[in-house]
Amino acid sequence: MSITGALTRSAATGTAVIARRRLRPARVILHAFLIAMALLWIFPLFWAVYSSFRPIGDTVVHGYVSLPSGGLNLDNYKAFWTGADLPYFYANTLVIVVPSVILILLLASMVAFACTQFSWRFNLTVLMIFTAGNLLPPQVIIVPLYHLYLSTPIPSISELDIGRFAFPFFSDNNLLYDQYIGIMLIHVVFQTGFAAFVLSNYMKTISREITESAIIDGAHVLRICWNIVLPLCRPALAAMATLLFTFIYNDFFWALILLKTGDKRPITSALNNLQGEFFSNNNLIAAGALLAAVPPILVYIFLQKQFIAGLTLGSTKG
Amino acid sequence: MARTTSVSPAKADSPEAGELVATASGRYHVLTRYDRRVLMAMVGIPLFLDILLIWWPTFTSLYYSLTNWDGVGDITSQNFVGLKNYQFLLSGGYFQFWPAVEHNFIWLAWLTFVATPLGIFFAVLLDRDIRGTRFYQSVFYLPVVLSLVVVGFIWELQFAPTEGFINNAFGLVKTGRIIDWLGNPHINLFAVLVAASWRHVGYMMVIYLAGLKSVDPTLREAAKVDGANEVQTFFRVVFPVMAPINTVIVVLTAIESLRAFDLAFIINQGKNGLELLSILITNNSISESTRVGFGSAIAVILLVISLGPIVAFLSQAMKVSRS
Repeated sequence: MSITGALTRSAATGTAVIARRRLRPARVILHAFLIAMALLWIFPLFWAVYSSFRPIGDTVVHGYVSLPSGGLNLDNYKAFWTGADLPYFYANTLVIVVPSVILILLLASMVAFACTQFSWRFNLTVLMIFTAGNLLPPQVIIVPLYHLYLSTPIPSISELDIGRFAFPFFSDNNLLYDQYIGIMLIHVVFQTGFAAFVLSNYMKTISREITESAIIDGAHVLRICWNIVLPLCRPALAAMATLLFTFIYNDFFWALILLKTGDKRPITSALNNLQGEFFSNNNLIAAGALLAAVPPILVYIFLQKQFIAGLTLGSTKG
Repeated sequence: MARTTSVSPAKADSPEAGELVATASGRYHVLTRYDRRVLMAMVGIPLFLDILLIWWPTFTSLYYSLTNWDGVGDITSQNFVGLKNYQFLLSGGYFQFWPAVEHNFIWLAWLTFVATPLGIFFAVLLDRDIRGTRFYQSVFYLPVVLSLVVVGFIWELQFAPTEGFINNAFGLVKTGRIIDWLGNPHINLFAVLVAASWRHVGYMMVIYLAGLKSVDPTLREAAKVDGANEVQTFFRVVFPVMAPINTVIVVLTAIESLRAFDLAFIINQGKNGLELLSILITNNSISESTRVGFGSAIAVILLVISLGPIVAFLSQAMKVSRS
């Protein structure tokens, strides 16, 4: 310590150059370490991409760890896309994710607005109820929830038929179980807890004077929320929308338990069903996994800023 | 100004003067009755749903756990068995219970002492202006966006016994010394933890980096002027002021470990070395399984363990919102 300390202490003068030169080997080691770790991190994904492009015949002859002698092609993707009826599962995902995200943002911003812009006796308590609910392991509530879903009568009204897709508006078995509406409901309620926490952290930074003066000017709370406070929260709402889209898209557990039939499952959990019956070899598995990962990878490429903002808003300011 | 004063200039100005509501800061809102109803609905509807679908099931788990209900028909007084389910579990009558507890704790220890510190280490290295820091950050954080299903599939490609990368790359397939990474109950938990860490490290790095950005740079400069090297600066200056983030990181790690379900389920439905509390709950109480009361007792045990990190998180959040 004393030697380096002495060096940096005199660094104000010309010895700064020496100090920097002495650090060079450390920089080299640092970069070598980071490059090694980066390669290690990227490799599993690279390997999946590589496997997915290889025809199975080529791997059978030459082994898995070999150079591509038979060329690379998209056959595995084609086989999976048509064989596993992928467009259908993407449609399921879309039907579940989009309304859920919109509803969560709506409910959570209402809670956050009422809890941060106004002082009332239980506003902190209410926020804590939402936050704690989201922190529970989902498995703690799943057994009663499952039985609630099996015993709640829901009317079946009509369905939306588009080609061979049939999307019931409410329920086609008069239950919440095994229905789009049921899976959406639990996503909405569970994630509203998280979104309310994050959005209220953000709204706390908005001065209450804005709301107060608007009220004195005679504006109604709904107008204040919609026209004044929410526009100020646009960055946080964009971040939450990105994050919630990814969370719900990636969900496995709720869909596994609360959707019984394969034909209502979204792509992520349908993938697991296909594991036994459809995937005959690893190259096909790789193609399937990557196709299911396309939307989150698009988020990674184009919405990285929003995604990271969403992740960190919940922790650094909370 | 006293909080209970009922006269305020705002009242006279307001066209729809309703009741005055005193705020904590001593200011006054003039809210019409309509506004108050709207606000009540804004909180009340989401709160009702949250209580109905999250908190009611939580307490119902507790209720179920005192019964031997099989999921069919109503629960009658004959179904009540008191604490028998718990006695049976804790005494080791259910042979998968203690292994599952052990696996959850290994999961927790691994993430806490291996994956999370590695994520923090990456964050500290990449927080400085080194060349390519954006690139490295992007690489480490890539798995965070992926579903655990996809993560599981990608790692099956590495770990599979005859077709996997690892056994082939090290020539174990050719020489016939195949290591069954995901099938051998002595090692498969650690293989799964490698896959879990692949995602967890990036997650922790992102959160820690955001925390490091918020540290006052003058603190570091002051430490440097005082002659501290980088390691000392981190442990003696930066780490202590990061206390709130450190709490968040530890809590998130603990909650992730208790929630662990997807990876183990995808690999082998949580059997043969991959038993976890979360999986035992669903295996006992969902679909064809009829030990609803028994599975609920496991859920209650998981709940009790989870309360530790949850309370830690909430008290941290309270502290921040008070200050």
